[in-house]
Amino acid sequence: MTEIIPAEGIFGLLWVLIALPAVGALILLFGGRRTNSWGPYLGVLTVVGSAILGVLMLLAMMEQPAEQRTVVQNVYDWVFVGSFQASFALQLDQLSMVFVLLITIVGALIHIYSLGYMSHDPDRRKFFGYLNLFVAAMLILVLANNYLLLYVGWEGVGLASYLLIGFWQQKPTAAAAAKKAFIINRVGDVGLSLAIMLIFVTFGSITFQDVFGQASEASEGTLTAIGLLLLLAAAGKSAQFPLQAWLLDAMEGPTPVSALIHAATMVTAGVYLIARSNAIYDAAAWAATAVVVVGLITIFMGAIIGSAKDDIKKSLAGSTMSQIGYMVFAAGLGPIGYVFAIFHLLTHGVFKAGLFLGAGSVMHGMNDNVNMRRYGALKGVMVITFITFMAGYLAIIGIPPFSGFWSKDEIIHAAFERNWVIGAAAILAAGITGFYMTRMIAMTFFGKKRWEDDAHPHESPAVMTIPLIILAIGSTFLGMALLFWGNIEEWLEPVVGYESVPTPLPTSFYIGVTLVVVIIGAIIGWVMYARKEVPVEAPRGNVLTRAARQDLYGDAVNDVLIVQPTYRTADVLTTFDTKAVDGFVNWTGTFVGDLARRLRRSQSGFARSYALSMVGGALIVALALILVRL
Amino acid sequence: MNGGAVGTGEAIVFWVSGTLAVIGALGMVISRKAVHSALFIALTMVNLAVLYVANSAPFLGMVQIIVYTGAVMMLFLFVLMVVGVDSSDSLIETIKGQRVAAFLLGIGFSILLVAGIGSGLMETTSTGLDAANAAQGGNVEGLAALMFGPYLIAFEVTAALLITAAMGAMILTHRERWMPKRTQRELSQVRFASGEHPGQLPPPGVYARHNAVDTPALLPDGSTSDLSVPEPLRVREDVRDIDQAEIDEVRQLSGGSASTEGEDR
Amino acid sequence: MNPANYVMLSALLFSIGAIGVLVRRNAIIVFMSVELMLNAANLAFVAFARMNGNLDGQVVAFFVMVVAAAEVVVGLAIIVTIFRTRRSASIDEPNLLKY
Repeated sequence: MTEIIPAEGIFGLLWVLIALPAVGALILLFGGRRTNSWGPYLGVLTVVGSAILGVLMLLAMMEQPAEQRTVVQNVYDWVFVGSFQASFALQLDQLSMVFVLLITIVGALIHIYSLGYMSHDPDRRKFFGYLNLFVAAMLILVLANNYLLLYVGWEGVGLASYLLIGFWQQKPTAAAAAKKAFIINRVGDVGLSLAIMLIFVTFGSITFQDVFGQASEASEGTLTAIGLLLLLAAAGKSAQFPLQAWLLDAMEGPTPVSALIHAATMVTAGVYLIARSNAIYDAAAWAATAVVVVGLITIFMGAIIGSAKDDIKKSLAGSTMSQIGYMVFAAGLGPIGYVFAIFHLLTHGVFKAGLFLGAGSVMHGMNDNVNMRRYGALKGVMVITFITFMAGYLAIIGIPPFSGFWSKDEIIHAAFERNWVIGAAAILAAGITGFYMTRMIAMTFFGKKRWEDDAHPHESPAVMTIPLIILAIGSTFLGMALLFWGNIEEWLEPVVGYESVPTPLPTSFYIGVTLVVVIIGAIIGWVMYARKEVPVEAPRGNVLTRAARQDLYGDAVNDVLIVQPTYRTADVLTTFDTKAVDGFVNWTGTFVGDLARRLRRSQSGFARSYALSMVGGALIVALALILVRL
Repeated sequence: MNGGAVGTGEAIVFWVSGTLAVIGALGMVISRKAVHSALFIALTMVNLAVLYVANSAPFLGMVQIIVYTGAVMMLFLFVLMVVGVDSSDSLIETIKGQRVAAFLLGIGFSILLVAGIGSGLMETTSTGLDAANAAQGGNVEGLAALMFGPYLIAFEVTAALLITAAMGAMILTHRERWMPKRTQRELSQVRFASGEHPGQLPPPGVYARHNAVDTPALLPDGSTSDLSVPEPLRVREDVRDIDQAEIDEVRQLSGGSASTEGEDR
Repeated sequence: MNPANYVMLSALLFSIGAIGVLVRRNAIIVFMSVELMLNAANLAFVAFARMNGNLDGQVVAFFVMVVAAAEVVVGLAIIVTIFRTRRSASIDEPNLLKY
């Protein structure tokens, strides 16, 4: 078993990783307009500082023996209620180390990019504050050593996502999209809180060490329940079926937000959760199967939706949904797949961020127009953007030696290790990936110009292109680096476990078939969109295209199942409140008024009527006196 | 007068006076004119005085007649004079249900009291006041002994009450003069300015034969002036006719002087 | 005959007086009905004095007379004053306490 080593030396600064962006967020958000001039630079510096610290910690960790790479630092004794104990304690092991590096390095690059992208926005100080807040919350999420602290980070990134999607809050679509994201996330959060409660009831503790040590002792039913609840939470955060509807609307936010949160980091939190809880899924086979099914459905959903969208960001969002589906799918395969899920997560984080930032660069040059039907022949005008975008493109469709090839093919191979049907499905989805990504670059960079009259496309400034270049280098080499030089399987094995099951056919067979399918998909995309004219007005398309444009009716389903019944219930309750409750209360008032009006008539003002009542009273008194004596 | 038990003489007095008292009370309630009501209640009070005397309370009976009937009821009659002797109530009831409820309640009340009293007092013996009256040497002395003895404070307080009541009446009926009293000059100016007949009305009986109030005065042309007869008599057509024979006789006696036959003028 | 008959007569007169108060509209006649009620009470006192054999009842009846006289004085003064301003002696007339 892994030993826990104390947080000494460089590891003693574990809490600084979180503190830097947290303090940055505080200063920027509470400092107000005074910080407007130097605020953005502070935001960049904090994340860069965390990135440097992260690299130093990686170097220190690599020097430790493999069994002694788990560091736990107790920052603060937080909740101690009876037998429920949750500390603000940070755990740095191999899994959280790679996440820390992803978050801080990609985060730093996107912060630098935002200096250029948001330079004209009057609220950019707030933007950097929110971005710092996000980085701090995400780091809490991956560094937590117990489920409750993870939940804190979980909620924190949800909040940051809401704030950033709705950053241009004056746009009603953006505000609505932020709400939608938050509400759908909330559904997932219910799963996580129920899971935490169930874990506490079952194991008596929520610290990872304790839970995973005792995981095999709990009943399979309980573990399946916990696993399904955690899957619900992951589906919400990672935009998997059935909680996928918010990701496409989240593209209302600024492009750096889409790159950082909805491509590289936040949406991968669900995969982190599943991977971290591997002990539970290993013991609950049904839950793991559910994870595989959810992942598989989402792979296809995302791919189909991405194939029909004309908005470049929405198409990339569909692609993100699909690729995360791959990761979830791999995580559900068990020890044969955890490592590759994380591997793909890392490579995807880099190349998807690069693709989004490249899309942002294209939009910047085309007056923030997102409609790909209005692009075309941009490769000569925006050269750096074009080259970096192509690097990301080749990575995502899985052409060797680019990074995506290594990670995605390992997943497909692992799929075949379990069951050839799901393996074949994974290959088919890779083909569709090739199709829609080729469609995207064909419509954007190749073909004829379809620009609007006021468009003057130009290359972006250096502050934007340098991060693109760095990410493109990552898209090209990271896969090979992690696999051969970093030995990713060995690195992660102490935390998530790794097995390799022999497949009926040799590995090279699967690689070959995958490449062929991908190239066929790419050729189809090329022929349809680079050779033929791309019409400026979107044609009606066949039924699948129209369905894909409607997000495969995801919103419609949510509306019918949840939104409308909620409105109906609210209507019923409102009617009940106004008619029954208010009616009753008002009735007591009117009743008293009516009664008073009737009783008032006895005050006629005539002395004789009053005398009459006096005689009546005297009569009653006399009667009482006499009756008493009888 | 008697001891405890009721003798036949007293019984007769009771039934007669009692009946008259009830008749008086009913008459008071039923009469249309207020003055009739006052007289009916005076009847009731006198009969009650008789009953007091029959119950060995002579002093109280006399006080009832002198003070109550004599003073209080006369006071009522004076006020009726101020308010208007003629004023008669219409006997139509304006408040709905008042009369019915009043009768029911009143009759119910009386039945209740009579039944209660009857059931309570039927078997008691009455002691009679012979001993009490004789104790101090007479009814008046007995009352005086009580009044200036145990009931002295009550006596003094009721005296103060009477004084207060008299003062209160004076204050209540006092009329404050808002403007100075109009002088005779002003009154005569008003009278002349009004355009009506300013002077005095002709006195009655300006005709040497009769100066009775109901005899009209003669105008120069021989006709009578109705203005000289007071209005109540005029209204009642109580004006005496003038006898022409007497006028002719007077003319004859005066030797056919200036007064000629009135018909020509 | 029973001396209690006097008390029953008193009760009867009292009820007639009560009916008079309720039924008549002229203020003075209402007042007279009140006097009748007081007289009925006096009769009851005198009858009880005779039945109990001490003069206390008569003393009280005497005081009742005094008080009734004082009350009549003030009450009639009020009626006269009201009559002067309102020109009407009906007790239904002042109904300002009406709702």
